[in-house]
Amino acid sequence: MRIIIPALILMVLWLVLSGHYTVLLVTFGIISCIGVVALALRLDVIHSDKHSIGILLRLLKYLPWFSREILLSNIDVAKRILSPALPINPNVVRVNASQATELGVTVYANSITLTPGTLSIQVDANQIEVHSLNHESTAQLKRGEMDRRVCALEPRK
Amino acid sequence: MFAIATLALFVVMSLALLRGLIGPSIYDRVLALNSFGTATVLFIAVLGFLSGRPDFMDLAMLYALINFIGTLAVLKFFQFGSLGDTATDDNPEEQQN
Amino acid sequence: MAVLVDLLSWVLLMAGSLFCVTGGIGLIRLPDFFCRVHGASVLDSLGTILLLLGLMLQAGLTLVTLKLILILLFLFLTGPTAMHALARAALHGGMKPDVAADTDEVAP
Repeated sequence: MRIIIPALILMVLWLVLSGHYTVLLVTFGIISCIGVVALALRLDVIHSDKHSIGILLRLLKYLPWFSREILLSNIDVAKRILSPALPINPNVVRVNASQATELGVTVYANSITLTPGTLSIQVDANQIEVHSLNHESTAQLKRGEMDRRVCALEPRK
Repeated sequence: MFAIATLALFVVMSLALLRGLIGPSIYDRVLALNSFGTATVLFIAVLGFLSGRPDFMDLAMLYALINFIGTLAVLKFFQFGSLGDTATDDNPEEQQN
Repeated sequence: MAVLVDLLSWVLLMAGSLFCVTGGIGLIRLPDFFCRVHGASVLDSLGTILLLLGLMLQAGLTLVTLKLILILLFLFLTGPTAMHALARAALHGGMKPDVAADTDEVAP
């Protein structure tokens, strides 16, 4: 199972990207997939994670809110960059990351970085050091709505 | 309209290149390199539509991956002085192969 | 209907170009390294999303759209990782974020 699923995903990716379905090219694809999986096994980078399917499903619920957040913060930062006075106020804060799993903290840190105006510069187990362009986005982050929503992505115990 | 988008991306690439030239720190240059790469990926994609050759998407995708790996490689090189597997070592200079 | 889709993709492409150029200007205008990362992230997030969405509407339901979705996915997975690696390397390399004087919560 641990080997077959990544190999199948790779094969589907090959078929989708190549667009040519002759015997020779599909054979090349099968050989490449076996090679890549063998290399991945040797590097020990295949982790079987039962929860990842559930997280993907819950991610769909997170995405609409996150897209809105990206849109709003982008407009805010773009306004600041384009205004002649350059009204920025750089500061560094630590925010709590209350996620239980490493994956949850990673998603939270990446979410912070993807919204312009905030950038995670150092990640610990339960705290993230954030560089922020202005005080409003810092205050918004401190209110912890994003933290809560990322927590909701994690599997229930 | 693809021409306008292409022109805009060309401007972005020039600005990123300018930032890469004036620096001042090495990290500014790597950041400029990364932004230049992102702009190039979009540039190739839009150019594919402009010239009516959708095969360009494959090149854009490949460039997106190589750009990421390139950025990390350059960062690692400047942090540790080598690309070898001495990342966790205290004295990477002594173990150059 | 086709005209509507075309119009929407025009709007998306123009807005994407605008945000990309804004990110580029931010890359030049902002005063220190950590601020410039924010400028670059405007280019990386909304500029990329809008431009690729506009192109997807042009391509319709074809293999090209799938490839565009994959490009978006790659950029979204790798962008923040590269930015974070860059910021951490800069921090360890001795760059100090330029913090405004009136900040009350400065990290130790």
